[in-house]
Order: sequence, then C-alpha cells, then structure tokens
Amino acid sequence: MSTQAYSFLFVGLSFALYIGIAFWSRAASTREFYVAGGGVHPIVNGMATAADWMSAASFLSVAGLIAFAGRDGSVYLIGWTGGFVLLALLLAPYLRKFGRFTVPEFIGDRYYSNTARVVAVICLLFISFTYIAGQMRGVGIVFSRFLEVDINTGVVVGMAIVFVYAVMGGMKGITYTQVAQYCVLVFAFLVPAIFLSIMWTGNPVPQLGFGSTLNDGSGLSVLQKLDQVTTELGFRAYSERNRSLIDSTAIVAALMIGTAGLPHVIVRFFTVPRVSDARRSAGWALAFICVVYTTIPAVAVFARLNLSESINGAPYATAPAWVKNWENTGLIAWQDKNDDGIIQYRAGSALSPDKPEFTAARGRHGERLLRNAPSANANELYVDPDIMVMANPEIAGLPGWVIGLIAAGAIAAALSTAAGLLLVISSSVSHDLLKRTFAPTISERAELRLARLAAVAAILIAGWFGINPPAFVAQTVAFAFGLAAATLFPAIVLGIFSKRVNQPGAVAGMLAGLVFTLGYIVYFNFMAPELNRPEHWLLGISPTGIGALGALLNVATTVVVSRVTAPPPVAVQEMVDDLRIPSGAGIAHRH
Amino acid sequence: MAEADPQAARTDAVYHHDGAENLPAHSHHDVEVLAEDRARRYWRANLRVLTTLLGIWAFVAFGCGIVLGDWLDQFHIGGFPLGFWFTQQGAMLVFVALIAVYHLWMSRIERAHGVDDDPDRSLPSTGKRGR
Repeated sequence: MSTQAYSFLFVGLSFALYIGIAFWSRAASTREFYVAGGGVHPIVNGMATAADWMSAASFLSVAGLIAFAGRDGSVYLIGWTGGFVLLALLLAPYLRKFGRFTVPEFIGDRYYSNTARVVAVICLLFISFTYIAGQMRGVGIVFSRFLEVDINTGVVVGMAIVFVYAVMGGMKGITYTQVAQYCVLVFAFLVPAIFLSIMWTGNPVPQLGFGSTLNDGSGLSVLQKLDQVTTELGFRAYSERNRSLIDSTAIVAALMIGTAGLPHVIVRFFTVPRVSDARRSAGWALAFICVVYTTIPAVAVFARLNLSESINGAPYATAPAWVKNWENTGLIAWQDKNDDGIIQYRAGSALSPDKPEFTAARGRHGERLLRNAPSANANELYVDPDIMVMANPEIAGLPGWVIGLIAAGAIAAALSTAAGLLLVISSSVSHDLLKRTFAPTISERAELRLARLAAVAAILIAGWFGINPPAFVAQTVAFAFGLAAATLFPAIVLGIFSKRVNQPGAVAGMLAGLVFTLGYIVYFNFMAPELNRPEHWLLGISPTGIGALGALLNVATTVVVSRVTAPPPVAVQEMVDDLRIPSGAGIAHRH
Repeated sequence: MAEADPQAARTDAVYHHDGAENLPAHSHHDVEVLAEDRARRYWRANLRVLTTLLGIWAFVAFGCGIVLGDWLDQFHIGGFPLGFWFTQQGAMLVFVALIAVYHLWMSRIERAHGVDDDPDRSLPSTGKRGR
C-alpha cells in the first residue's frame, strides 16, 4: 500500500471514530452538553483538556521549531507546560466554584459591568482567532502533503473539513470526541519517535534516547554528534543558548501566563463535578500533555540529525523522494547556487527574500525554479520548519503506515483544538455579546443561529490567516498567548485574589494590555518587519515575549486605577469571599 | 461546648474540625460565625501553599531553565548537560509533580478547616449554593 493510501485509511478511520462518538452522544441535551452532565471524571476531563490544548502547532510545529532553534526552542516547552501550574493554582478551582460557562461571564460579573464583559469578549476573540489561524495552517500542511496539492489548496480543504466537522455535531459530545483525539494523536506522535530512538540509539524510550550514546560505534552521545554536525555546517551548536536571558525570560513568562489565560482551556474546568476535581483535572491534563511534550525535544534532535545527515551533499537528481514530494507542496526549495547539481545545506537563509516563490519552470536537474534571488551564503536549501514532524519518518525511511498515522494524528490535534476554539468564539459572540449585553430579548433559536454564523466567520477568517500567515504556525500561536497573557489572565487573577480591584481598574487594565501588546506585535510584524531585530526591541524583548510586559502593564494599570476609584459593591466582595472556599459549589449552569 | 464560642473555636479549630461531623447539629448562627472564621484561616493557609509552590515553580522555570542553565551545564545527567536537560525534560516533570502536590496538600488543608467539597462530609458554606 502506498503512503497516500495509508494516510487516507488512517484519516478515514479516525474520522469514522469521531463521527461515531458525536452520533452516539447526540442524545445529550444542550444543557447536558454545556455542563457535560456536570459529571465528567477528572481523568477524562484532563485527557480532553490535553487534546483541546495540544494543537496542530504542538503536534507539527514545535518539534520543527526546536529542531532548528536548538536549545533556544526550549522556551516553548517550559512556557507552555509551566502555564498549567498557574492555571491549576491560581484559576481552575476558583472559576469552577464560580460556576458559569464563559470567561467573559466571570469578568462581567466580577467587575459588575457590561463594558468589562465586552472588553473581555474582544480580547477573547483576538486570542481565539489568532490561535485558530495556526490550526488552519497546520491542517493545510497535512492535506497539502498527503493529497499532494499546494499548501493553499491544503488550507482550503482543511477549512472545509473543520466546517463540516463543526456543523455535523463535533460540538456535541465534544469531551468524548476529544478523548478519542488525544488517543489518536499521542499514538501517532509516539510511534515514529520510538522508531527513531531505536534507530539511532537502540533505546526505545525517546525521552532517554536523545541523551544516550549513538549505536554507530562512535561512542558519541546523540547531543555531541548533533553539536558536531551543526557546527560543521556553520550553525551554532545545537545545545547552546543564543537568545538573550531577558528575551528568554520574557517569552517563557508570556507563554506561561498566556496558557493560563486561554479561554478555551479555562472553560474546561467548569465541567468537572467538584472544585477539588478542577485541580485534579489540571494535573491530569498536564501529565497527558507532558507525554507528548517530553517526546517533542527528542523528535527535534533526531529530525535535525536525520535532515543534516541525509540531505547535505546528496546530488539532487538522485535525492530521496521526500525531497521532491515536499518541494511540490512548496515547503522545500533548492537553488543550485554553485551549479554542481549537489544539495549544499549550510547555515543562513538560502533565499532572498526568505520564503520561496516558485516559477512554473523546472531546472536542469528537475528542480522547481525560483523567482528569489540567491542569498550571499552557501546554503542552497530552504526547509519549512513546519514539515519536520511529517517529513521525519520519510527521511528516516520508516514504513508508509507510520506516515499515514502522523497525518491522522495531526488532523486529530487540529480538529480537537479548532472545535474547542469555535465553541468559545460562537458562545462568546451569541451569548456574552448578544444575549447578555446587546439583545437580551433574543430567542434561543436566534442565539443558536448566530453561534453557527460566528463559527463560519471564524473559519473563514482563520483560513485567510492560514494562507497568509504572519509567521510560521508555532509563532502565530505564540502571539495568541501573548494577547491572553496581557488581557484576560491578570483580570481574572486580580478578580479572585484582590477584593479591591474594581470595574474602571479592570477595564483600563485589559485595554492597556491589549493595545500595548497588539500594537507591539503588529508594528514589528506588519508595519516595520525590517526593524524586527533585537537592537530595536523594547528592553530587548521580542514580539513573542512582549505579552509578559503587557501583563505587568495590565496589573499596574488595574491596581492604580482601582486605588483612585470607589471600591466594588459589597455584593461583589461577598462573591469573591464565596469563590475562595471550595465547599458549596453547585453544578455549573448557564444564565 | 467549644463550638458555641467562636473565640474558643478559633484556638483549637484544627483539632476540633477533625471531628467536624458534629458541627451541623448547632444553630445556624453559630455555624455561620464559625464558617467565616474557618474561611479566613483556610484562605491564609491556601496563600501559604501557593507562595511555596509558586516559589519552586519560578525557581525551576526561570532559574534552572534559563538563568542558571549555562552554569548547570557543567554537570551531566546521562548524556545530557544538566541545564539542557532541565529546559527540555526536567522542568516539565517538576511541573506535573507540583500540581499533584498542590492537590494533595490542599485536600488535607480543606479537610482540616472543614471547607472541603466532599458532599458527604462538607458543611454549609458562607456562600449561596448553586447561584
């Protein structure tokens, strides 16, 4: 069977499973859906949260990002997992006790104001749209490869599937579908990693394998070998830190605070039966996430070794099939600078500008010709980091079914996250914005219709960003974290831990955080991308890490403005008192 | 008995609430005063737990993970330089452990202060049930 046939088979089987689960849980009422019967077991909820949270970016891009960034890429691992500690300790139990369904509801009630609720909805939409754009790009990459089409066509196919999936009842029984998706994605991620680890070191545990000795008899450890290979090709050594301390710290902080502020993850903790289950559920979620996240750096190391060893110095004409397959999707490009027909893989950007622009013509060796001018260095190869996880098994020569498995896993990751995000987007537009703020008289049916419309709009906008991404997937997603860090997280935490912060403070704080962070990101990525270098950054902090400063700004603004304005009403202060005690939490319900 | 006097209850609350099942027998007023006091003590204990665990969290993430990383690299764990291992493996394992410890620790504190959410044992809270 061909790789493509395996891909169709696995993707088809996994879809049948999700649709079966959605169908099976169709009997559930709307209310039952929103509270999941109020009785989702913490382990089940943890697994669903893990799937919800682990996106196409986690599955496809993080390993690629780390493979090329080396040790600097670790900030993503620490940042994203460390955020769960904040979530478990500072948010989950209290929001569960609060017992409503959406983040804007909490902010609207705690700050007793529609203005605060609307500001929270705006922040939430910014975050969710940025995040879902990353998913579309991820799905696009998968489809472009296994349908053998252009990446943009892949994104459109992905949009169509997410659309059908969301309408077909992906929203119903979402928890159990996500459990199935977790199982698919974890299996799909671990199998090739175990293969690779055995191949290079003989150790079947990838987490140990990438610290073991190579089995080629050289006596070198995997990391020593990789450091050697990367420095020989003119890169910085893999295990060395290059990013500045302040920027690393800021990025880790922004990702952590942002993880804890992601609305589609926070809502997960409303569905467990008890407050203590919210804590337990957060713990399980992180444990399930770490099964994949501790494997990611191992995959990254093996991928980088594989790539450098197999492609550098190979004549293009006889290069393995994966090079040409990925070249056809436009995610690999080769420009024969010295006209020797051999692929030279070196440090530096091969093309100018960075991203390849292909002409219709083929060159002397059959390669796709480029409009890009050759850059000044000796590197001839452009590799999109997002393809590393998918290309890795092909590069290593693993059997076709492993590659098919990865396609199914990546789609599971993207769908579970997209479904969670679409739910958050549509409920915040139809419920928080219309029902509770602007059109309280709206009927249940109109509310549902608007929710659907919002989901469709979300898919379309996300698709557009998927085709015209501001940066590659993991970075796109990183911006969503920056925005979450600078807006929602401080408002929620201050609302729980301080009885003094009030409406004007929170509104001013969220707006300050949003405007500052968004402005900084937009300025450096869209308005003046040529200035996007450390020497122009504020305090040396990159746009990815700026959410940390945004969060500080938010906290400072909220506290100062609250000080000089009247304290919140007594009823709100009593509500905060009540939030702080676990006992007496009713089943979460909708108003 | 001690429960009738909130002052007395405060001095031996921890021991007292180990046998919390005899509390609901008292009048509503007593229970409410006690509940408020319990809530305050519980909140202070909670903040202590948070400070301790978040201290460890920050040290591992920012200390071992970033600032001390280069220095830690002189030590090795298996084939990994220690600083590198912390950023790519160790920190994540510590995070999982921290949440587990948090859950167990808080459950104990909640039982000791009589504010846990086990429906079989729990006392009426100061709050309104099922808002």
